[in-house]
Amino acid sequence: MADPVLSVRDLTASFRTEGRWREVLHGVSFDVGPRETVALVGESGSGKSVSAMAILRLLPRDSCRVGGSVRFDGRELLSASDAEMRRVRGDSVAMIFQEPMTSLNPVLTIGFQIAEALIQHRGLSRSAAEAEALRLLDKVRIPAARTRLHEYPHRFSGGMRQRVMIAMALACRPKLLIADEPTTALDVTIQAQILDLIKSLQDDEGMSVLFITHDMGVVAEIADRTVVVYRGRAVEAGPTARIFDAPAEPYTRALLAAVPRLGAMAGRSRPLRFPVVDRDTGAEGAMPETPDTVRAAERPVLEVRDLTTRFDIRSGLFGRVTGRIHAVERVSFSVAAGETLALVGESGCGKSTTGRSILRLIEPLSGSVLLDGEDVMALDPKALRVRRQRMQMIFQDPFASLDPRMSVGAAVAEPLLINRLATRREARQRAEDLLAKVGLSPETANRFPHEFSGGQRQRICIARALALKPRLIVADEAVSALDVSVKAQVVNLMLDLQADMGLAYLMISHDMAVVERMSHRVAVMYLGEIVEIGPRAAVFGDPQHPYTRKLLAAVPVPDPARRRDRHGLADDEIRSPIRAPDHVAPERHYREVSPGHVVQLWGADWAGPAARDVAA
Amino acid sequence: MAGSTLASPSVEAPPRAPASPGRETWRRFRRHRLALASVAVLAVLVMGVLVGGLVWPVAIDDIDFAAQLQGPSWDHPFGTDDLGQDLLARMISGGRISLAVGFVAMAVASVIGIVVGALAGMSRRLLDPALMWLTDLFLSLPQLPLLLLVIYLFRDTLKAVFGVQGGVFVMIVAVIGGLRWMPVARLVRAQFLTLREKEFVEAARSQGATTGHLVRRHILPNALGPVIVAASIEVSAAIIAESTLSFLGLGFPPDIPTWGRLLFDAKDHLDVAPHWALFPGAAIFLTVLSINFIGDGLRDALDPRRVL
Amino acid sequence: MGAYILRRLLIAIPSLLGISLILFVVLALAPGDPFGELAANPNVPPEVRAALRVKFGLDDPILTRYLRWLVAMLHGDWGFSFASRVNVDTLILQRLPTTLFVVGSSQVLALLVAVPVGLYAARRPYSLADQVANTLAFVGFSLPTFFTGLLFILLFSIKLGWLPFVYQADLPGSGLAWVWANVRQAIMPVAVLGFFQAASYTRYVRASALDVARLDYVTTARAKGLTEGTVTRRHVARNALIPVVTLVALQIPAVFGGAIVTEQIFRIPGIGSLLIDAMLSNDTPVVMAVTFVFAALVILFNLVADLLYGWLDPRIALR
Repeated sequence: MADPVLSVRDLTASFRTEGRWREVLHGVSFDVGPRETVALVGESGSGKSVSAMAILRLLPRDSCRVGGSVRFDGRELLSASDAEMRRVRGDSVAMIFQEPMTSLNPVLTIGFQIAEALIQHRGLSRSAAEAEALRLLDKVRIPAARTRLHEYPHRFSGGMRQRVMIAMALACRPKLLIADEPTTALDVTIQAQILDLIKSLQDDEGMSVLFITHDMGVVAEIADRTVVVYRGRAVEAGPTARIFDAPAEPYTRALLAAVPRLGAMAGRSRPLRFPVVDRDTGAEGAMPETPDTVRAAERPVLEVRDLTTRFDIRSGLFGRVTGRIHAVERVSFSVAAGETLALVGESGCGKSTTGRSILRLIEPLSGSVLLDGEDVMALDPKALRVRRQRMQMIFQDPFASLDPRMSVGAAVAEPLLINRLATRREARQRAEDLLAKVGLSPETANRFPHEFSGGQRQRICIARALALKPRLIVADEAVSALDVSVKAQVVNLMLDLQADMGLAYLMISHDMAVVERMSHRVAVMYLGEIVEIGPRAAVFGDPQHPYTRKLLAAVPVPDPARRRDRHGLADDEIRSPIRAPDHVAPERHYREVSPGHVVQLWGADWAGPAARDVAA
Repeated sequence: MAGSTLASPSVEAPPRAPASPGRETWRRFRRHRLALASVAVLAVLVMGVLVGGLVWPVAIDDIDFAAQLQGPSWDHPFGTDDLGQDLLARMISGGRISLAVGFVAMAVASVIGIVVGALAGMSRRLLDPALMWLTDLFLSLPQLPLLLLVIYLFRDTLKAVFGVQGGVFVMIVAVIGGLRWMPVARLVRAQFLTLREKEFVEAARSQGATTGHLVRRHILPNALGPVIVAASIEVSAAIIAESTLSFLGLGFPPDIPTWGRLLFDAKDHLDVAPHWALFPGAAIFLTVLSINFIGDGLRDALDPRRVL
Repeated sequence: MGAYILRRLLIAIPSLLGISLILFVVLALAPGDPFGELAANPNVPPEVRAALRVKFGLDDPILTRYLRWLVAMLHGDWGFSFASRVNVDTLILQRLPTTLFVVGSSQVLALLVAVPVGLYAARRPYSLADQVANTLAFVGFSLPTFFTGLLFILLFSIKLGWLPFVYQADLPGSGLAWVWANVRQAIMPVAVLGFFQAASYTRYVRASALDVARLDYVTTARAKGLTEGTVTRRHVARNALIPVVTLVALQIPAVFGGAIVTEQIFRIPGIGSLLIDAMLSNDTPVVMAVTFVFAALVILFNLVADLLYGWLDPRIALR
């Protein structure tokens, strides 16, 4: 290998919290060669983002100490003067961040924000710099770049903002691009576009990329070499293919075992537990087969027919209704006892609104929801409160799902007390049993939520949902915010509980790989409508609707050998479900492809770019 | 199902060091040294006005023309006024009123603010915009002129009903409280709007909790932190408001020597008897400063994410 | 933006009406009536008094009286001052410039102190400079204006004899000496009011700048290689000032309250001291009119703040 562009040796970082220094990075070393993409991969809190910030010395100086050595182009950065450091930042080393929505200054035009670095480092005039900014916007494929140059960031979608960030980073043709989780906040089809963009720009510009991510799929997709970070140490480094094929370290093996792989379920009809690998020893635990839990013969627990939910958008002087969000549009499906139906789609497709409408946490406009044959829509508030006991919800954010002022025991016991189903003592006892059932020791009942990790909190939420012995659980992105290894455990727990209690799950998720692993049937939502529904094997194995195909094609596969050439992905954005107030939803027709596998018939608007994607 | 443990226990370490939110709050409050010192200062001031009369049992209206406008001495530690009355005794007596106005007016403002804010925060239709319009309207009222106006117009009636001291007290507390509830209302509403969308509230709602239960058990307790901070600031604002009224000669009458009233009386003798103004002024300043620091400490302790 | 300005204007009008209604109701509910003096005068026979009541419509329903009063106010017919024997509007117009001058200069002073100090303190939170600035800010807004005013007089007028403590609106003379005399007499009132406001504004600016400094786009700006000064000026300051505008707008009523106190202490002949004098001499028409002027000024400056907000924040135009 040629001389590395970036060479990091024994990088340490300590933060001061409440007067004490705590080391979070204990000597990380790696190199990035010319034109090479290196992925720094690890779970939350592993220190991967801190490493990236430490390289450019962007950590707050008062509360953070960095040690070791960072050599860029043969120059030591950690001992460079502030002025020298500023000449490096944005010029030969550029950086893009995770949150496109907050990474751009809301009060400056995007043209000026891109031009800023050029004015700073190249001494260009404002007009020359903005002309260059226009060229960069074209380069990152922002449509109508000329008119958008003078717009403010709030007019851009997340994906478009990330393109602007990339244009900004590329302004001075850096030798090294540090990308800190640049696609984590984006939808999967947009993620595919951005990854593709970074890859092709890297080829054009001949730069090196240091890619920080937690997503093994993205790593497999983009990285030449991979460095696995765990608890502030680089535990393993090597070519990406080698890491995936023959992981040497126990932690890497545990991590890879927990990664769901799209397509790994071909030929299976039932959900499958994740193998559990000990992250210190690498020993693999037993992996029991999941039993058949679906009670297909009984009447379904949940039957939803023509559910429609719309929100008014008011604006103008007198708050007239100027538009409507057609969040859920004539959605129908059913879920049997012991069955998992996954509702998948990208942000804004209405999957979460569907879940909340079923529980009437949001009032739907029309349609019927039958729970065990009883119409939920017709219930008065009091009867609704009683019926809700049989359908419970688990939410995405385990940190927001628990009242911070209530001990976890009290939180789990609360549903029993609200509904007067138990005395205080009984509720307390039941709460401890439930905590034990979700794998937490009963002594934890006196603790408060802030003392638990994300995965443990999600277990507590599950215990709380189980307290009322529900028939149906609506799991809204219940595992999406968790680290892979924790995610695998919670999925296993949910599968066990389903087998044990015959629960029906309505699983709302954007994570296609987890959905494939744990669902019996899948419904794909797009702009508020179900475009395809059917048995999981059929939908994943033989997708019919162009949107389903596009969605599946965009999911990064954690297998470097299956890396696809994606050049030519369309740059279209996810369309908005906002309609004019007088909009009449078009009549839809459906076709049954195979038993239970139903597809919405699509119009000419799908013939264009989407079809091309699938062909590519 | 009780007792049946499933095969997938959490591999994560169980949490360490149990700490209830209350203890955690106290630990964080203690780190704010100025706030901690302020608690001591405020405690001394409050104790001073409450039991000071026992330690220094001098009549407040003991006129002694031989001891007019004297500076501090052993006989009169804080000096005397133009009638030779003992200033320490007058400050102890007036301080009780000043502090009482501060705390009662804060209570009035907080109760109105919490009720208005909670109603606005829980309503989804017309009530919220109506209440917020009212709040904004009150916020843009010129408070001091209005306070003066109300006192100017109603003083005599209330005096007739509640007596001189009681009447003025009730009126000042009601008017200050009635004109200072808006920040609390806005804060409570904002907290309610955020909290009612929080997942833990939705979770309780999906378990069949009534709106009353949600507000009592989940929303209000979590909204209270910032409200306590705002309320502490209200105490000092009310003390300043009362002193201002008295200083302008429109608050308490001369026979009730609140700290502001003492300043009003003293301001024409500044050249010969500066002590007369300095002691009550310093008392107001110390009280307000310590309450503000305590508020700041509470803010750090109750909401660690905000750095103000 | 045009629609935004229009909406703000349209919101200001009902606010003004609402405030005037509140004022009027307070007045109407008050015991005694505006003709109290007349009623007490034994030389005025009861039937004359009754005739006057009818003439002024005092027995009409409150809403009718309110509307009549409002129409009169809009026509510029603000009544007659019992105490000064002149029309109320002349009296107010004569005194308003002094108040606006003192309030305006003190606000400029407050912002000139608060913005740089707040931004500087936020650059290094919890550093020595920050702690000093923060503690001084606490001391500053815990010192009531009436006490600082007395302290200033005690120190600069009585002990040191540097500055006059009585303000004269109609100083004789001309030329530089006259300007200097005017500046000298304005120093203390403006400083008292200015520093009190500066203390709270400093805290607002600091808190807001700290909030902004944590945001991703500030890190983005640093990652571009901009100097700390540019990052603070271009990326932190402008965003941090947006919420400060709102907070300053909320302070406007308090600012006018402070003006009343300062005018009283330094005997500045502005509308604040006019209000107090009118109250002490039971001059009801003046009291009502001045209170109403204060309300109108608050609404006016709130409107200015709203416009400033719209100008600072490009996202506003959308709403």
